[in-house]
Amino acid sequence: MSEDMKEMVLEYVREEYVDEDDEDTELDYDTPLISGGLVDSFSMVSLKVFLEKKYHIQIPDAKATPEAFDSVNKIVALVKEYQD
Amino acid sequence: MHSDKTIPATSNIGSYEERAASFDWSVAEAELGWSEGDPINIGAVCTDRICEQGLGAKLALLWEDSHGKERKYTFDELRVATNKYARYLQDIGVSPQDRVCVFMDRIPDFYISFLGILKLGGIAQPLFSAFGPESLVVRLQDADTKVALTTMRHVRKLRKIRQDLPNLETIVVVDCPDVSKLKEGEVAFSLDAAEPVEEFEAYPAWRETPSVLHYTSGTTGKPKGALHVHGSVIQQYISAKWVLDLGPDDVYWCTADPGWVTGTSYGIIGAWANGVTQMIYDGGFSSEAWYKLIAKYGVTIWYSAPTAIRLLMRDGKELAWKHDLSSLRHLISVGEPLNAEAVIWSEETFGKPFYDSYWQTETGSIIITNYPGMDVRPGSMGKPFPGIEAKVVDLQTHEPIDEPGRVGLIAIKPFWPSIMRGYWNNTPGYFSKFDRGWYLTGDRSSIDADGYFWFVGRDDDVINTGGHLVGPFEIESALLEHDAVAESAAVGTPDKVNMEVVKAFITLKPGFEPSDDLELEIMNFVRKRLSPLAMPQVIEFATTLPKTRSGKIMRRVLRAQEWGEPIGDISTLEND
Repeated sequence: MSEDMKEMVLEYVREEYVDEDDEDTELDYDTPLISGGLVDSFSMVSLKVFLEKKYHIQIPDAKATPEAFDSVNKIVALVKEYQD
Repeated sequence: MHSDKTIPATSNIGSYEERAASFDWSVAEAELGWSEGDPINIGAVCTDRICEQGLGAKLALLWEDSHGKERKYTFDELRVATNKYARYLQDIGVSPQDRVCVFMDRIPDFYISFLGILKLGGIAQPLFSAFGPESLVVRLQDADTKVALTTMRHVRKLRKIRQDLPNLETIVVVDCPDVSKLKEGEVAFSLDAAEPVEEFEAYPAWRETPSVLHYTSGTTGKPKGALHVHGSVIQQYISAKWVLDLGPDDVYWCTADPGWVTGTSYGIIGAWANGVTQMIYDGGFSSEAWYKLIAKYGVTIWYSAPTAIRLLMRDGKELAWKHDLSSLRHLISVGEPLNAEAVIWSEETFGKPFYDSYWQTETGSIIITNYPGMDVRPGSMGKPFPGIEAKVVDLQTHEPIDEPGRVGLIAIKPFWPSIMRGYWNNTPGYFSKFDRGWYLTGDRSSIDADGYFWFVGRDDDVINTGGHLVGPFEIESALLEHDAVAESAAVGTPDKVNMEVVKAFITLKPGFEPSDDLELEIMNFVRKRLSPLAMPQVIEFATTLPKTRSGKIMRRVLRAQEWGEPIGDISTLEND
């Protein structure tokens, strides 16, 4: 389940935030997304909307911090917190 | 009211009142060592001149990225590196006054090439690296840009619009590891590999010679290119010295992106014209990373933005206190109104308040601000810079208002050294900014009995999100390109961190139904075409939008609804 979710989030990030012809950006579960400049704080909002709608959760704004969204692993941990 | 005791009595400006009373621009010119009639070239002022002062071995740039990669440049290395860019651009056919855009992240090449373009006499056109193809194409077409400097990461966006840019002769990729990756019309340039250029005679620009073209969003139509001149450095130099209080021993960090005016006026020109060491970080926002950088580099002067400060607030004081931030001695903010809570929080957290400063792309430099040593009134913008006559004028008649506390438009008496000299290809737009002898900012404010300005809001539909102006027309145009969208209206809606964010009201074409998936699809559609800033963070599907009887969508009705403000005159509203 967790692995599926990781893969789903990773795939979404790759599809939405990495150019289709970008062969140089390496992306894995621990790649820094926000602090690494791949996803900016404004774009983070669409990522949050994706997670909320996909996993039927509500992430409070106070918890949707750049740190909490900084990697796929951190995002999955955040989602699971609100799924439980 | 309180006094900030952390600024020494020996701040550069000293007594604001005395400076303001005796000031004229010749004071700034003399400080810069420039006399009327002499050539003045920003590129040379920021590099050659500093080396001539014997500061060539001083560090100009401390750079780090999110992967921990570091670079350092002394002023002499900066001088030679800017010469390399100037010579290279000359060799590929760039002539004085040609527009050369810089479209990169915050890498050293951005800062260096910007000054290289100016040394050559070209017009530097900085562009925000998060811009999508549609935001890029309107700006590059309008400016008739001849050469674009970019990186492998961003060249893809230029390739998508290349066929629409017949006058873009060359795309220079500054980090190309393998030229076989380049397409027709693209060339590689490596600053490190280029032969040193010890001497390059800077273009003998005059005070009024165009230098920088910064695009800014308006309420209608295309973005407007505010054209600045080399003489702007007179004001950028003195305001950096007096407002930011930059001195010889400072390590200065301007967190603004150089794709926007703060990132060039104060992230390049003001700082280096003062011979100050700058730290630049190429990475996304992270409170922890930012505090670590301040501690690591011993940042003394920090120029940031309310949105960033509010994000720091969200992560708490305790996080700040885990780091040694004792080097900080002066904090300044710009981009949007700095709320009183943020001023008070910074005083409690860092032992000193953030000082608010106010200006615009068009003004080129800080216009109204709080000064080191001045009584800060949390929430106030401060007072006009010496040499600047600023008032509020009646919203309709544009007659000056003398009554304290009454809200009007912020108006400034032209001209000052750094004011834009025109909107590129848009003379009517430029003249519309002036009336009755005033430059009209489009921002509303009041002035209290002691002369402090208090920001109220924009006087038009432009959305200020996270300190960046976004034009509703651009967003609505992009929305209409989506297959499902029939009509759209974009307005600002309140946001705790970004002051306001974009909200889109949408009616759908027949055959489309509102859904979560469609909402997300539309958000990402705008983000990729324009920029993350322009992406609607909230979408409301509507069956109809408020319109005038002539069919024009009334954004102000929607905006008033978002802000809980009176809707005003709706006599022209169409009846359903």
